[in-house]
Parts: sequence; structure tokens; C-alpha cells
Amino acid sequence: MEQSQEADRDGESVITYRTVEYIVAAVVLAVSILFLYGSYIVGIGWGIVGPQSGWYPFYVTLIIALCSIATIIKTLRTPRGGKLEQTFIERGQLKRVLLVLVPAALFVLGMELIGIYYAGTIYIALFMRYIGKYPWWRAWLLAIVINIIFFIMFEIWFAVPLYRGIYHFYGWTGY
Amino acid sequence: MSDVAFLMHGFAVALTPANIGFMFLGVFLGVIIGVLPGLGAANGIAILLPLTFSMTPTSGIIMLSCIYWGALFGGAIASILFNIPGEPWSVATTFEGYPLAKQGRAGEALTTSFSSSFFGALCAVIILTFVAPIVARFALRFGPPEFFAVYLLTFFSFVGMGKASPYKVLAAMMIGFALAAVGIDTITGTPRLTFGVSKLLTGFDFLIAVIGLFGIGEILLSMEEGLKFQQEAVKINPRVVLQTWAKLPKYYIIFIRSMFIGVWMGVTPGGATPASFMSYGVAQKMSKQPENYGTGIIEGLVAPETAAHAAGTSALLPMITLGIPGSPTAAVLLGGLLIWGLEPGPLLFVQKPDFVWGLIASMYIGNVAGLIVVLSGVPFFAAILRVPFGIIAPIIVEICAVGAYTVHNAMLDVWFMIGFGIVGYFFKKLEYPMAPLVLAIVLGDKEEASFRQSMLVSQGHLSIVFTSSYLSGGLTVLAFIMLFWPLLAKGVRRILPKRAGVMADRPVE
Repeated sequence: MEQSQEADRDGESVITYRTVEYIVAAVVLAVSILFLYGSYIVGIGWGIVGPQSGWYPFYVTLIIALCSIATIIKTLRTPRGGKLEQTFIERGQLKRVLLVLVPAALFVLGMELIGIYYAGTIYIALFMRYIGKYPWWRAWLLAIVINIIFFIMFEIWFAVPLYRGIYHFYGWTGY
Repeated sequence: MSDVAFLMHGFAVALTPANIGFMFLGVFLGVIIGVLPGLGAANGIAILLPLTFSMTPTSGIIMLSCIYWGALFGGAIASILFNIPGEPWSVATTFEGYPLAKQGRAGEALTTSFSSSFFGALCAVIILTFVAPIVARFALRFGPPEFFAVYLLTFFSFVGMGKASPYKVLAAMMIGFALAAVGIDTITGTPRLTFGVSKLLTGFDFLIAVIGLFGIGEILLSMEEGLKFQQEAVKINPRVVLQTWAKLPKYYIIFIRSMFIGVWMGVTPGGATPASFMSYGVAQKMSKQPENYGTGIIEGLVAPETAAHAAGTSALLPMITLGIPGSPTAAVLLGGLLIWGLEPGPLLFVQKPDFVWGLIASMYIGNVAGLIVVLSGVPFFAAILRVPFGIIAPIIVEICAVGAYTVHNAMLDVWFMIGFGIVGYFFKKLEYPMAPLVLAIVLGDKEEASFRQSMLVSQGHLSIVFTSSYLSGGLTVLAFIMLFWPLLAKGVRRILPKRAGVMADRPVE
């Protein structure tokens, strides 16, 4: 019962294009104001040797700020009922996007801690098990094989050492 | 030495056993990258770029450009067999390709699209061979104002020619310039926009942006659509190939027209994607039976494939002659040249003839290699596409992470990659264009330098770009015409009676 109710809600709209347009433009505007300030503190004037360091980024970010304001105004002035009122993302779609994004971010966190090979193995195995719905043995087997291939490729063939993590717990192996 | 002699010398450079090996490896990897949604030519090359640092620049660029050719070929496989464009430029291929495959003519469709791509690319390379040295010789006379005018033209064309809102194009582009400005100011040496984060002193690398925007962003988008692969049966054997080849010559007019559309769109920073849509639209408009389009006809497949490949190839012309890439992928290749310590631009022809002509010669051979690889490997590449998303998604994410990390051996870059991925997802859905953003990050430093040098010469008078020479003045005027093109076109349309085009209705990236 609960399952089907959950499935019914997958088609629900989470947010419309109009709202996302406002949010994205506002975020861009906020970042550009930060950059305007950043340029201002290194000097936006005309120094002894020509334009100061902040001069060029100041005007570049000024254009960004003006463009985001223009986008907000344009969105405000677009009459209701058009494409902007359509669904930006449905519940089910949002769930699927987060199912990729959140594990990916956790994987990067894991990479930071224990290095790419171990984090990568765990990431692929768990992703295959819980999102791909494969049996445990297949998930682990493939994850380990792929990371061994990566290891041979990067560390031995291309001689590019990848990140070992803050806790390089297998340092005694020589790798 | 004449250009032909230089070209022959180039073949001698490119035709070493090692380079031929790199070519096939590059094409092979490129097709895989092109087949998989989520991995594209631009981010595929960005990921593999750090791995080529141990090679000589010539071998490196040969392998990377072959990845590009492979990806151009590979996009068609996914479009025709699965109705999923593996690359943006193969969206127009699905219009006719998938209906053909559903009729059981997948082999014919694949052969047609590969052959059209091949000839499109070949003609573009021939044009490039003879035009590039002329452009380069001409560009040797350029000073900072001229280069700045050329940059202006490139970037303004995006605003005027793009279908997206001009505010969004301009915002995306300027975000690119702003990101490029982060770090040490190359002229005065002052750190700026780092907000006290010492790791930001080196700035944002365009490779990270490419991997995030195109790689992670694309995976998020594919996941949202919840891809379900349904493959049409494919039968491709020498007989089908030969039968199709026998039929193709009668489409020569479509082919020539598409080729010119492609070359033009590639040299101007339109790129392969708009070229393919435009070519398809024109073919439909000029057709005697436009109503048949969409039901699976060969003409509709020849047009976009020829144009896409011609555009993809000719996008390298402004890159090697002026140092201005015509497409995001060309921008990544250009970034590669800079990392190898080569200064792209007219001097490259004088200083590194081995490199330039080796690259041009490798375009001829690389496309032959590409045709061989795709024609013989279709079943294998189709099998790769059948690997479910539950397996392939985490692998792609890990490959992207490797790519992002190896750029500067910095963990922070991997986090930026995730950030750019989220930005890429929203920007793509809201039609903020990615191409000008990436180009701006790549060219940012050079553009700023030529702008500031021009300003120094003129003591801060912007008018220098108009007055320094007829050339820079003319280019600047042209740039402003491009910028205000939508307004000008509106004015022209008001005067002339309305004529709705097919092209205008097509979505263009």
C-alpha cells in the first residue's frame, strides 16, 4: 500500500522552471557580487603600470551581475502559463538524480579519506548492489576487478600516482 | 617548401608505428566515449589529457585528436541503434537513423552515416590543409588589438548566433572569464579573487570545468531521464556496406551542401551540433518530399552526419592558425597545446612545422582508421552500450574523479568537479550555454592579456580596437554586427515579409 502511494507521487512536480530560473539567476548574482568585492579589494583603478589587477575581473563580473538582473526581469515579465510554468523536475526524477549525486559526493569524501582505489571499489560495489540491484558477489567482483585494472593502468603503465587519502593505511605495501 | 611538401613531411611524422598505434587506440577509445552517454569528446579528452604528458606533443595530439574523430563516429552508433544520442551533434542523426533501424535497415543506416562522416571530415581536412597556412601567414601580422578583435568576434558570435537568451549566453561567457581570472594575475603577479584560500592561487583549470560540466552534469541528466536501452537488431556485413556505398553517390548535392554548412559552422564558433541541425533543416527544406523526413530516409541521415563531421574537423582550423578553438573539444585540445608548452597561433606553423603538419597528416589517416574501426566494431560497441546504467554510472564517476585529480594532483579539484557537475545540470536545463563558458575559461588569460596590452598602448582608450588598423577595426565592426544580430535580424524581418524557417524551430545547443 505504502509502496504504491510512493510510486503515485513520483510524477508530482517538485518545482517549476520559473522558480528555478529565479534561484539560479539569484545565485549567479550573489556570486558575482562576491567577485565584485574580491576585485575591488585588489584595486580596480588605473595604476602606475596600467590597469590594476582587479580592473578586468571587476568589469567582467559587473556584466555577469547585470545579465542575471536582466534574466530575473525577463522572467518576471514573461506572462504566466507558458513554458516557465512547466515542471522542472518530478519527484521520481529528483530521487534518481539524488541517487547518483549523493553517492558520488560520498565517494569523493571517501577518496579524500582512504584514497581513490579503496573508495572507488566500495563505491562501485555499493552502487551496483543498492541502485543496480545486483547480487553482492557480482558487485564486489566487478568493483575489485575494475579498480585493479585502474591501478595497473595508472600506477604502472602511465606512472601517474593517484590520491592515496589522508589515512594512507596501506603505505607499508610500498604503494 | 610548398604546402604539399610540408604535408608529405607531416605524413612522414605521423606514419611511425608508434603514432599509428596511438591513432587506433585513440579512435577506439573515442568511439567508446562517443557511444556512452555521459562521456563526451570534450570531457573524454580532458580526462585523458594528463596521461599524454609523458608522450611527445606530436604523439599526444595525434592520440587526442583521434579520440575526437572516434567520438564523432561513435555518437552515430547510439543514435541509430538505441535512439539515444551519445553526443549532442548526433541528435539530428536519430531523426532518420532510428526509424531506419526499426525497419531492419540498421546496417544500411550505420554504413551511410559512417561514410558521410568520413567524407565530410576528409573534405574538411583538405580545405584545412590548404587554407590553414594562408590564414596563419596572414595572422602573423596581428598585434594585440587584432587578436583582441578576433576574440571579440568569436565571443560575440556566440551571443548573436546562439538560440539561447543573450543574457544567459553573456552571463555564461563572463562566468568563464571570471573563473579564469581567479588566482595570480599573470601581468602584475598579484593574487586576486582567492578569498584567502591558498589552493585557489593556481586558479580554476578549464579541464576541471569540462569534466564537471560535461561529465558529471551529463550523468545527472541521463539519470533524470531514467534511460532504458532498447536496441534494434543490427546486421552489418561487407555486402550491406558495399550495397550502401553503391547507393550513396547519388546524394552528392546534399553531401556537398552539408559539407560547406559544416565547414562554415566549424570555422565560426558554431560547432558540430548547430551544423548538424542546420544541415538537416536545409536538406528537408530543399527536398521535393519534405513530408517524408522523419520516416527513415537516407538523405536525412547524410546531411547531419556530413555536416557534423565537417564542422568537428574544421573547428581545428582557427585553433591551430589563430589559437581560437571553434568548439569545446577544440578548446580542450588547445588547452593541451598550452600545457605542452606550445603557443597555438600563427607562429606554430613557423616554429613547429613537424607538430602542425604531423597533426594535419594524422587527420587524414585518423579518419581512415576511424572508418575501419567503426565498420568492423559495431557489434562490440553496441554491446558496451547495453551495459546497464547501474554498473556504468559509478565507473564513469570514478574515471571523471581520476581525470580531475590528475590535472594538478589536487583533491580540491575533485570537489570542484562535483560542484561544476551540479552547475552543469542546472545550466543545461535552463539553456545557459556551456560552449562559451568553457572557451572563456581556456582563453581567459590570453584574452585579458591582449585586452590589457591594447589598453596600455592606447592609455585606456577603448577606441584602439577600431583605430589601430583597418583589420582590427573591420573585425570589431563585424563582431558588433554579430552581437546585435538578433536585433538586426528582427529589423530586417520587419521590413521584409515573414518567412518562417525550418531551422529556427529546431533546438540548438
